[in-house]
Amino acid sequence: MLAWTIYISFAAAGLLLLLGPDNDRGARLLALGAAVAGLAVGIVGAIEHGAGLATVSRHAWIPGLGADYHLAADGISLVLVVLTGLAAVAGILFSWNVGYRTREFFSLYLALIGAVYGVFLSFDLLLLFVFYEIAIVPKYFLIAIWGSKGREHAAMKLALYSFVGSALVLGGLVAAHVESGARTFGLEELARHAYPASFQNWAFPVVFLGFAILAGLWPFHTWAPTGHSAAPTAASMLLAGVVMKLGAYGCLRVAMTLFPDGLAAWRGVFGALAVAGIVHGALVALVQRDLKFVVGYSSVSHMGFVLLGLLTLSPVGLSGAVLQMFSHGIVAGLLFAVVGRMVYDREHTRDLEELRARRLGRRLPFAAATFVLAGMASMGLPGFSGFVAELQVLVGAWQTFPAYAAIAGIGIVLGVAYTLRAIQKAFFAGDPTPATAPVPEEHAPPPPAITLPEKCGAILLVAVTVAVGLWPRPLIDWILPSFASSLFDGLRKGGGL
Amino acid sequence: MNGFPAITLLTATPIVGALVLAFGGDRGERRARATALGFALLALIEALVIAWGFDGKTTAIQFPERHAWIPTLGVEYRVGIDALGILPLLLSALLVPFAIAVGTTPPERPHAYHALVLLLQAGLFGAFTALNFFHWFVFWELSLVPAYFLVKLWGGSERRAAATRFFVQTFAGSVAMLLAMQAVFVATGTFDLPRLAELGRSGALARALETRLHWPGVAPASLATLVFAGVLLGLAVKVPLMPFHTWLPDAYSSAPTGVTMLLTGALSKMGVYGFLRILVPLFPAQIRASLGLLLGLVVLTIVASALAACAQKDLKRMLAYSSVNHLGLCLLGIFAAMQPVAAGPTWALERATALDGVLLQMFNHGIVAAALFGFVAAIERRSGGLVGTHDFGGLRTVAPVFAGLMGISVFASLGLPGLNGFIGEFLVFKGSFALAGAATSVATLGLLFTAMFLLTMLQRVFAGPLDERWKTFPDLTRAELAAFVPVVGLMFALGIVPGLLLRLVDPGIVEFVKRLGP
Amino acid sequence: MNPDYRELLALLAPECAVVLAAFAVLLVDLRFRGKRTIEGRMVLGATVLTVGLGCAAALLFWNPVSADLLGGSLVLSPVTRHLKFVLVALSIVAAWFCTESAFTRHVGEFMALVALATAGLMFLVGTENLLVVFVALELAGVSLYAMTAFDKRGPRPAEAALRYFLFGGIAAAATLYGFGLLYGLGGSLRLPVLAAALAGRGGDPLVQAAIVLVVSGFGFKIAAVPFHLWAPDAYEGAPAPAAAFIASGSKIAGFFVLWKLLQGGLVGVAGNAGWKSMEPGWLPVVALVAAASMVFGTLAALAQTGLRRLMAYSAVAHAGYALLALAGGSQPALLYYAVTYALAATGAFGVIAILENRAGGDSIANLAGLRERSPLLAVSLTVFVLSLAGIPPLAGFIGKLGAFVAVSKLGAGQRHGWLVVVALASSCVSLYYYLRILRQVWIAPGGTGGGIRAGVAGWIAAALALATLLLGCDPERLLRFLR
Repeated sequence: MLAWTIYISFAAAGLLLLLGPDNDRGARLLALGAAVAGLAVGIVGAIEHGAGLATVSRHAWIPGLGADYHLAADGISLVLVVLTGLAAVAGILFSWNVGYRTREFFSLYLALIGAVYGVFLSFDLLLLFVFYEIAIVPKYFLIAIWGSKGREHAAMKLALYSFVGSALVLGGLVAAHVESGARTFGLEELARHAYPASFQNWAFPVVFLGFAILAGLWPFHTWAPTGHSAAPTAASMLLAGVVMKLGAYGCLRVAMTLFPDGLAAWRGVFGALAVAGIVHGALVALVQRDLKFVVGYSSVSHMGFVLLGLLTLSPVGLSGAVLQMFSHGIVAGLLFAVVGRMVYDREHTRDLEELRARRLGRRLPFAAATFVLAGMASMGLPGFSGFVAELQVLVGAWQTFPAYAAIAGIGIVLGVAYTLRAIQKAFFAGDPTPATAPVPEEHAPPPPAITLPEKCGAILLVAVTVAVGLWPRPLIDWILPSFASSLFDGLRKGGGL
Repeated sequence: MNGFPAITLLTATPIVGALVLAFGGDRGERRARATALGFALLALIEALVIAWGFDGKTTAIQFPERHAWIPTLGVEYRVGIDALGILPLLLSALLVPFAIAVGTTPPERPHAYHALVLLLQAGLFGAFTALNFFHWFVFWELSLVPAYFLVKLWGGSERRAAATRFFVQTFAGSVAMLLAMQAVFVATGTFDLPRLAELGRSGALARALETRLHWPGVAPASLATLVFAGVLLGLAVKVPLMPFHTWLPDAYSSAPTGVTMLLTGALSKMGVYGFLRILVPLFPAQIRASLGLLLGLVVLTIVASALAACAQKDLKRMLAYSSVNHLGLCLLGIFAAMQPVAAGPTWALERATALDGVLLQMFNHGIVAAALFGFVAAIERRSGGLVGTHDFGGLRTVAPVFAGLMGISVFASLGLPGLNGFIGEFLVFKGSFALAGAATSVATLGLLFTAMFLLTMLQRVFAGPLDERWKTFPDLTRAELAAFVPVVGLMFALGIVPGLLLRLVDPGIVEFVKRLGP
Repeated sequence: MNPDYRELLALLAPECAVVLAAFAVLLVDLRFRGKRTIEGRMVLGATVLTVGLGCAAALLFWNPVSADLLGGSLVLSPVTRHLKFVLVALSIVAAWFCTESAFTRHVGEFMALVALATAGLMFLVGTENLLVVFVALELAGVSLYAMTAFDKRGPRPAEAALRYFLFGGIAAAATLYGFGLLYGLGGSLRLPVLAAALAGRGGDPLVQAAIVLVVSGFGFKIAAVPFHLWAPDAYEGAPAPAAAFIASGSKIAGFFVLWKLLQGGLVGVAGNAGWKSMEPGWLPVVALVAAASMVFGTLAALAQTGLRRLMAYSAVAHAGYALLALAGGSQPALLYYAVTYALAATGAFGVIAILENRAGGDSIANLAGLRERSPLLAVSLTVFVLSLAGIPPLAGFIGKLGAFVAVSKLGAGQRHGWLVVVALASSCVSLYYYLRILRQVWIAPGGTGGGIRAGVAGWIAAALALATLLLGCDPERLLRFLR
């Protein structure tokens, strides 16, 4: 059943291209229908599938290389599949106003979604890589065609970074395939193979780094803020919300399970980079003038938590990392939605100094409220999903890297600072004293009202982040048992978990 | 009431109210205020029922509820009340309706304002009943958010800077505490506060921190101290303990007065409560090791804040510093009780006295400070926002009832016998003198200065020649009287019959003291 | 040894059919010369050629699968059979591409040359005898030189053809000299015999010389650095169908023969090209040529503004990747690479042919607005370009992957990973110029002029694109024919 998430998305992407060129409404509805169907299938399939590791579909694909078309899922995949579904639906709701080459937009968008589903469900490394690479092309076009200022540069940078990352991954995978001598690309089979330490010591950093580039690992994160800011709203929601998770997911699913010894040797180094990302991302976010850059750098900072959590190797830290992937996916989506769709599409600026004068808190109260909620979730306030996730990551980090945990704590405080600054400047500045003065009319006409799709999308995402923040059990009950599967045997032997 | 989720119901009441208000939309000030007041009174009734059902004689945790929440983190939904929590809980239930009734409802988005106030109350209820750190922390932070927005959106001229400073400083403290408690969790595998308290008492906690945590470059033995420092920081910012108080005067004076009532009356008690609930049980040895420093800071807080209050020309800022001063007394009692003593009933009695005093002082200061800020709010409404001490004079003649009631409150704040402020301060000083004489002696200086500035204020505002501007200064309205009179009555009642409250807490405190060790 | 000529004729029936088709085209075109427009004659010629080559394919289908005649002069195997199918198909495609452009009045002659070149390549594929290899090489080569020069509307084609011819001549000389040395060293023209005779003589300077000469000769054929100098000019100057055929059929055959020579005749003197552990033999030579091709081809392509020259340099880089598969000793990987590359390159040239005819030239700038002018061409070109860039799930990716795996597997303990590193690095860089093409197609603001009718060539290109996609998604469909 889960496999249909992939097929539905790709099929809809194809169907969209067959629509009449002027049928924008049809394109939107079809895209929304496909995304909702994908989400529904994902949720139902996930519940039906349960937390254990089990195959969804398996056929021989390239026998010469031992590559199978092997789709499977465990709890981690399920969480991320559901995230993808949610982000997809919300993204389409927030792209309702796309009017330029609409069907191509949604077609590429759904192709990207399909590829992402594919990555999360692939248990054959080659298949995983194929989906991983498929995602690059729609990303490029989504940004380069529908993006804002500096879009082509950003798109090219993003594509090249991604491609360099995947080249590293491919190199590592080929080496792992050949070194194992097993004539297979099956994840489980290769994870069972004990690679010699000397091999792991170079293969691990190569593969990990390859994936981590997409996860925004400092100092290879520079594609992220530029890419996110230049991208159209839905694409930045997906990029920050889901595509960055592909990288983190690859780190966990491939690099760490295949090369536990290499991980042990390199853990400290990558942990330090993750922490550097947390703090650096937050610091840079603190001085940005472009609201979207603030959110972009905050993503770098939050993804640092994901990577840090992965490297803790404790069940708490790992489950925190996966939960943080989910949480950040939702929250970043929400933030980008407010900035890109609700604010930028109406005000045509994202410059904080210009927004100061626009008194958006009054003129767009819904946007302000959504941004405040998203900001609170982003800064990790209790009651929102980010808190449970970051707390677990930090607890995990305490066990392994106490010093890093402390520094990451600084990152959290900085996170509060930049989020408040953004909220303040973008929405609540410019009205000098008490709130009684009438709204001046210099910025009339008023901005177009927040539309229904936007409200639906925002409410959906806010509801999810609050629900997960208050009741994370369902997700944790999926995540935790996953680490008991044989995939993670290597990590357990190495003393982790 | 066995098995009945009384506390959950209590916490949920204001949340429901907040949701009703938030989704109900803007329907005018009166309606928003009435709705909020309704929910707050409902919560007050529930709290009173709980207090009625609270058995002061047993030391067990009452009205317990316990459910698994986040298993990876050992997080449970565990609530219950004991002697430490009952008074702050009652206080929160009392103050919110009072603040709603007395504070000025802003004309701008009144529904949001009141929704946030109710949310704040939910945070307070949650924090005073939570028995799991995680759960406690959720509400601790939850109360911070509405407070931030209340200051930021409806505050005075400096509100933005004040709100941000308030939020960031408190949050930084919270993060320090969170990190420290994570270390505790990593070492012990539990966030359960009663369980941690047992570990802390037996010294197992410190040992676990020593053995289970490895932090390169830090001696294992000093890790416990580091963790202790983190928790201390989080709590000290909230109370506040000098020198972590810098957010407070601005926040209190910029906040809308109704909110200031809650900030000083209830929110600051969360910090004190945190000392009693977390810091003292978990880190007795560490507190004792740094007792000199801590007492020094407390004395500094008490004296310096009183002096600072003397120098203020703005009623709100003056009262803000006065609050710092009074909360300093609470901490004085707590730290004095931690003074190592020989075993024996005498010392245990002194300790219990001091801690009883702390709890009463928390409650009484909450009421008195809230009332004082309430009066300031009333003045503000009449003066069009002026709250300088020099802006007024002779109000006694035009508003005698106002002057009388506010005077009573000021005297309660001063600790005049017969009023409720007296008994708490008295018990704190009595216990502390015996336990930590030197520090307490210096701290009494603070009392002196407090008397000085409070009386000066009374004099400047109400006595002397009447300023021309205030010829028509109206006396208390009927609605205001309806709010103030019961509270002032309460001051008398508790001043005369302190046993009403002591009855609830004393057995629990005696037990608490027993567990403090030598 | 008394050869049975009847059997020989039977086995060569497909090649004969191709040659007959060449004559038929000539005759038919002669009949209609001056009576129809050039376009009409092109369609007619292409039809005749299609029928003739179709017959050849049918004969291939009915021919025995395996045979070995005349001391290795004609060796048939399933793989050669499938490659001949591919060659026939590619030449049909090239013929139909001619219908796009009236580049010459000598329609029949051009079509006949296409057929003759195909015949030469078919011979080349089907032999294991050095002498026949050389003869077939020349048959194909001469036809291709002539095809290159066919467009007489400007000076460039002639110059290109001349350059192609001169380089080809030198390469042929080198090849011949190398063959001579091999014959002298091994005492036979047959590859299996040579293999036995040369085994273990990798250090012999004469063997080394022979290797270098042979690799030079075939390096020319497959446009590998440093024997690629003809390629940009030829790709630019030749008529699009000729360029397509040079880039596709000629390469497939070239790679296959080089495979037979190195992995067949010289298998005993492979040597070692591992990092810091090189040993003499042909492997180090091939490895260096491959690395140089990948790096140089990629870097040079970065600077190109014309699609044809860009395709030429990209072809140089791709020769490098394919050589990896060859060095890795995986025949399916090599042939899969060569065939799928041929599909993409042919398709790309088909699109170029249409563009030159209807959009004013092959400059990348002319691609602007293609998405509006002809969505079909735009999508097809996108598929080709992405496949060349090695983006999954297109065939180019599986091809590269096969090559990487093959070379990684080479010899236990031998460190050939550096070749993979070079290959990966140059693929990353290459993405940049491929994306530049796509950017122009999809993003640049609309170009001039209205819609472009795709025509037969357009539909063929679309079919090739579909094939590229399908073969990438399900590579086994092709791979099992190449083992």
